Amino acid sequence: MNDMTPSLAAPMLHARGISKFFPGTIALDDVELVLHAGEVHALLGENGAGKSTLIKCLTGAYRRDGGVIILDGAEVAPESTAASQKLGIGTVYQEVNLLPNLTVAENLFLGRQPMRGPFLARRKMNAEARDVLASYGLDIDPAEPLSAYSVAIQQVVAIARAVEMSGKVLILDEPTASLDRDEVALLFGVIRQLTARGLAVVFVTHFLDQVFEISDRATILRNGRIVDSCIIRDVTQRDVVTMMLGRQLESRVERKTVAPAGKALVEFKGLTKRGMIEPFDLTVHEGEVVGLAGLLGSGRSETCNLIFGVVAADEGETHLRGQPVSINRPRDAVAQRFALCPEDRKVDGIVGDLSVRDNIIIALQARQGWMKPIPRAKVQEIAERYVRALDIRLASLDMPIRLLSGGNQQKALLARWLATNPDFLILDEPTRGIDVGAHAEIIALIDQLRADGMALLVASSELEELVAYSTRVIVLRDRKQVGELNGDEITPDNIVRAIADEKEDA
Amino acid sequence: MIRATHLPLLVTLGTFVLAYALCGYAYPAMLSTRVIANLLTDNAFIGIAAVGMTFVILSGGIDLSIGSIIAFTGVFLAVILRDTSLHPLVAFAIVLALTTCFGAAMGATIHYLEMPPFIVTLAGMFLARGAAYVLSTESVPITHEFYDTLQGLYWKVDGARFRLIGGVMVLTFIAGILIAHRTRFGQNVYALGGGEQAAKLMGVPVAQTTIGIYALSGGLAGLSGIVFSLYTSAGYSLATVGVELDAIAAVVIGGTLLTGGYGFVAGTFFGILIMGLIQTYIVFDGTLSSWWTKIVIGGLLFAFILLQKGLMWATQAKAGQAKRKKATGFAAHS
Amino acid sequence: MGPKPSLLKRILPQLIILAAALLLNVIVFPDFFQIDFRNGRLFGNLIDVLNRGAPVALLCIGMTLVIATKGIDLSVGAVMAISGAVAASTVVEGHGWGTALLAALLAGGLCGLWNGFLVAVLRIQPIVATLVLMVAGRGIAQLVTEGKILTFSNEGLIQLGSGTVFGLPTPILIWVVLGALVTFVVRRSALGMLIEAIGINERSSRLAGINSRVLLVCVYLLTGLCAALAGVIVAADIKGADANNAGLWLELDAILAVVIGGNSLLGGRFSIVASLLGALIIQSINSVILLSGMPPEFNLVIKAALILTILVIQSPRMGNLIYLIRATGPQPQPEATRARPKKEATQ
Repeated sequence: MNDMTPSLAAPMLHARGISKFFPGTIALDDVELVLHAGEVHALLGENGAGKSTLIKCLTGAYRRDGGVIILDGAEVAPESTAASQKLGIGTVYQEVNLLPNLTVAENLFLGRQPMRGPFLARRKMNAEARDVLASYGLDIDPAEPLSAYSVAIQQVVAIARAVEMSGKVLILDEPTASLDRDEVALLFGVIRQLTARGLAVVFVTHFLDQVFEISDRATILRNGRIVDSCIIRDVTQRDVVTMMLGRQLESRVERKTVAPAGKALVEFKGLTKRGMIEPFDLTVHEGEVVGLAGLLGSGRSETCNLIFGVVAADEGETHLRGQPVSINRPRDAVAQRFALCPEDRKVDGIVGDLSVRDNIIIALQARQGWMKPIPRAKVQEIAERYVRALDIRLASLDMPIRLLSGGNQQKALLARWLATNPDFLILDEPTRGIDVGAHAEIIALIDQLRADGMALLVASSELEELVAYSTRVIVLRDRKQVGELNGDEITPDNIVRAIADEKEDA
Repeated sequence: MIRATHLPLLVTLGTFVLAYALCGYAYPAMLSTRVIANLLTDNAFIGIAAVGMTFVILSGGIDLSIGSIIAFTGVFLAVILRDTSLHPLVAFAIVLALTTCFGAAMGATIHYLEMPPFIVTLAGMFLARGAAYVLSTESVPITHEFYDTLQGLYWKVDGARFRLIGGVMVLTFIAGILIAHRTRFGQNVYALGGGEQAAKLMGVPVAQTTIGIYALSGGLAGLSGIVFSLYTSAGYSLATVGVELDAIAAVVIGGTLLTGGYGFVAGTFFGILIMGLIQTYIVFDGTLSSWWTKIVIGGLLFAFILLQKGLMWATQAKAGQAKRKKATGFAAHS
Repeated sequence: MGPKPSLLKRILPQLIILAAALLLNVIVFPDFFQIDFRNGRLFGNLIDVLNRGAPVALLCIGMTLVIATKGIDLSVGAVMAISGAVAASTVVEGHGWGTALLAALLAGGLCGLWNGFLVAVLRIQPIVATLVLMVAGRGIAQLVTEGKILTFSNEGLIQLGSGTVFGLPTPILIWVVLGALVTFVVRRSALGMLIEAIGINERSSRLAGINSRVLLVCVYLLTGLCAALAGVIVAADIKGADANNAGLWLELDAILAVVIGGNSLLGGRFSIVASLLGALIIQSINSVILLSGMPPEFNLVIKAALILTILVIQSPRMGNLIYLIRATGPQPQPEATRARPKKEATQ
């Protein structure tokens, strides 16, 4: 397979008109992806842009609703990841998808082990594994369990397995998310070797530095559509950020002049969790919306989680109205009238099989303790009030919340926390994956809550949205705060600049 | 360097050596070859069943049906040999085929209906025990000259008799070790235990493997039933109640993680021997009551569960540290 | 939004199965429903079913809650043996029946706390954690009885097993009252909802501020107490504590009752009433076999068949199949999203 040279005439993989629908949303709309042998092709976009859906369509994990995939000149329609692997498309995920309890060699050869009669030829397998890994620059004992090695080495093993089994296209889905600089260098060395061997590599990441370091071309997705496909050396980081974040015209909301904020409500000093977020200070006032801006992985969600005690901080203090309080778990935060609408609704937010009514009341009930049940009539009244106030569309309060649409689930979660009458409301990506109408309503609600004197912290990847409701914007990069914008400084362009700027200096 | 995955096995070995040394110190007679021979003979049937249980647990499952299958096999053999003129070897073949198919059916139910092994094998447990009852509720003696021949086979060392059934157990363990560690099937079993999702992504034939595992366990329970009938010369539908619990305990004490993925068939062998030793010690002692067996085994079970939990915490903490190091690397970078 | 119609709908399948089982009883024994009042006590086959079903009914009250939290408790049979032994040895030593009952409850409570500690604090898988006590429990019970079947003649204690209150056998009264009490408490307080929340999504529950650790310990504690009561009743019934056989394999019957009650082994929504009906179904089937003169051996085969039927009905695959059949019908149901809720995740 070494005779495959990069050629612009015949792409290694050409996916055309790929579409994918989910109930209520269009995940991919007529997307095209062209991959040439020997190139590293970055696939960029914020969460929900359609990157992972596109990958899943390519690898057969999802059945696509439209489009053609041509691999090496022949049309293919992989039905499963195993099938696409056989065809030549290998995938490596952020979470290493190998088996930690098996040895490195066993992982490398699972399913195609060298045999001697009815038995595994272990010695041969280990020797071959050693050779394969050596060609990737790894000198490790393949007879050790995989879990004995760092994530970076596990990633290389996963890549080696994918390449040995597939050998035409290698898809790397955020492989560097949990690696440090040396480990990334190791990985990039491997990737360069592979492209030299004629592989086409798809590289999904949210670290722009890395994109510019290793990629030849990039395809940028937003809201399930292609924004552009460009040659990396012809563009700047700021171009790319602008393309990724874009301007959501449909949700354009005029920036209102806002009254000055009230007195300081919460103050965080030197709050940190090693490996998650650098120490930061933050003060939020009553009647203020602090926006958290930054690319994916910059520390937005981490900041929210740390404040709410989802993960306990290593160091740092929290002051509420000037008094020190200790928040080590969500229960403590709820007791102090904090509230958090998490980013991942399905995993961290809804309790799927419980009714909408129970989901709305649960946080208030948990704070009161189980011995003081909220009377049935009161529960009903609260639930109905918020369903009306937030215009939650449902057939009945008794229906399981998992049956609601994304936007209505989000509103129900908002209702859950508003029912606790919080002083400090943290919203992590409040408008992710919800329809335009609900989107505007949630923005209006944030504005209303601020006007009523609540303190809000909102993390979002949508710039227009941040601009619309924030009284102050904190910009995060590489897990630390790098800038703050106030008043008229808050414009999409300024935020983009703050996110991208230092990168261009570097 | 000692690998962390081997540690529970080493602890099992250490426990066995220590226990045996203590026994020998208290009752030097326990060091005799005769005691060892008896240990193998008396625990033969449970050892064989435990080999199958090891595979099931390695894959992350559980099999509650083996005690019932052993009883069924015994009754089935006794009834067949009483009522027909079939040669025992033919009867053995039939019953092994039956129990293997029975196990395979449970495996298929677990896989295709996506139900927890616990409840499926619970149904299997009732079914097999019920079938045994239906065949006969009384203890049926087995009198066949071929049985006498088999029971008369032994290998005499120092006046101790190593009987056939002990040998069958040892052979089963050797076969089990080879299958677990030296075949593709064995690798697939470990892969399933390591994570079904990842195993599936890596192309492990999940259906085939799951069915194979429970078929193996059922078949070995059948073999265990044959051995048990040789041991007792009878088939009784009320026999071997709760053997699955002893087998599970032996597997865990043998250093296999109950949640699957980590462990060794050889460890189960020592798990069986440790449990046998405890019983032998209590017999030798004479003043200790039999119930101490259960309490000590329960205690050992707890100790091994804690040990494995501790190991898991330790590796997680290590991973956390590694991550922390990475984080500082990042800070330096930016 | 009355809860009554929904409760009826929830337990309808169990009611139908129970009715069928009772009908079978009537077919094999026409006088099944006949109840006499003699010597100040109710007699009749139906009363027997209710009475004999008491231990499993008691066990399944706690077991339902444990299973709702995505757990399981394998040790209840062994705990029954322990508490029966404790009660017996207490009266044998000359204490009153009240003390004996308290001691038994204490023993059961301690066992429950131990299980709860392993599950909630040490975070050991429930099936593994409760296995320890399942294995060691009977040994401990024998330790208490010193290996004998400890017989006693304390009238008060015996009354708990074979006595009557207003003509009704005491065990019936105990399980009905406890069942009603626990149902009332979990449904009238917020306990039921919080337990379900933990079983469905523990992460979300924790983020909503629920103290899952304490709740888990409480649930295992309650199960231990239920097992203790069941153990005392069984011991009182035979006027002795049999450490080897008391409650043997009843944990499996209790789990079975919960499953027959339509509660998912994967946790979440639960109904104690349905579980209790499940316990009665098991006992009615026992009764059919007994009354029909069929060999009691068939009991196990029928139980196995019952489990298999329920497995098939509950299996997710089957649900999908039913959905597919429905979806190919003329009118698409609004339930379209129910079929594959997972897929929405990556919009």
